[in-house]
Amino acid sequence: MYLEIVTPDKKVFEGEVLSVSFPGTDGSFQVLNNHAPLVSTLAKGTVVYSSKELYEEIIIDGGVVEVLNNRVIVLAEAIIEEDE
Amino acid sequence: MPNLKEVKTRISSVVSTQQITKAMKMVAVSKLRRAKNSILQMRPFAEKLNEILINVSKDLDADEGKGYGTEREIEKVLIMVITSDRGLCGAFNNNVSKRTVALIEENYKYQFDAGDVHILPLGKKGFDFFRRRKYHVIAKFTDIFRGLSFKKGREPAEFVMNAFLQGEYDKVDIVYNEFKNVARQVVRVEQFLPIAPDSDTEQLPGIIDYIFQPNKKVIIEEMIPKSLKIQFYKAMLESNAAEHGARMTAMEQATENAGELLGELRLVYNRTRQAAITKEILEIVAGAEALS
Repeated sequence: MYLEIVTPDKKVFEGEVLSVSFPGTDGSFQVLNNHAPLVSTLAKGTVVYSSKELYEEIIIDGGVVEVLNNRVIVLAEAIIEEDE
Repeated sequence: MPNLKEVKTRISSVVSTQQITKAMKMVAVSKLRRAKNSILQMRPFAEKLNEILINVSKDLDADEGKGYGTEREIEKVLIMVITSDRGLCGAFNNNVSKRTVALIEENYKYQFDAGDVHILPLGKKGFDFFRRRKYHVIAKFTDIFRGLSFKKGREPAEFVMNAFLQGEYDKVDIVYNEFKNVARQVVRVEQFLPIAPDSDTEQLPGIIDYIFQPNKKVIIEEMIPKSLKIQFYKAMLESNAAEHGARMTAMEQATENAGELLGELRLVYNRTRQAAITKEILEIVAGAEALS
């Protein structure tokens, strides 16, 4: 599935992934291929996405995620950079 | 006849002014490019947010998840005026300030006379303008344009949204310069709060059966402030781009004018120099003649 992570300032990530997990407001959850359409709000926390060749974690400061037809779009208000 | 020395100093001062304006223009060009870029960067976010918002609010009761949309009798008004921190950009700041004064005159005369129109200037120039004229100026956010980011841009928005929710203001307007193209800025007045009812909600391809987590109401409550912040941030970005556009044009004009002035001055200089030489030759010839 195709994942996009955008903030108002820039596009943080865009590409094919196998799985993503989100810090939902009601607890974290994971999205895999062919997930049903979903809209959820996100709390401040870590988004983890991985595919065969990559594994990355980023911390977002709340946001919204939309899952539709194997497109996952994360609207994060801000990205919190680690050790900076 | 003008003094040679005088003309010379004027020429060198105009030359250095021209260098400065030229450099400022170059800086404005590159900053403009960056400012335009960040508008483009923000657009996908804004569009997607809007799309989800429309989707979610489609079959929701009209009055749910609001608070930002409450229409009250307008007694206390806040006007956010977006200007720049620095000058030398033509009529850029003046246009916004004048428009604001006109807006108060037209729409909020009554509230203004009661002392209930407050101004929140963003950018130093607007702050100076309204303070000098004894308007009621509340908190100031200056120096937000340098390295403008959403993080910085959302602070004033959050401040204003809180004030609105607590009933400190019944209406909030934004006045800013919209970026049309490099040479043209248009002053816009936008209603920020309460949220103006949306006019074009009917362009979506049909409702998709989403799973909503935790539920629609919470999502809407989360998203409305976000979209407000985005709306405000957009105004700031527009104004930022417009500022650099305005400065670029102003500086280009100034460089041109300096060039013209230089041409004239150089002409005067050469004439004076030549006149002086001619005079000297005449004197020498006359002197030699007198000797023989």
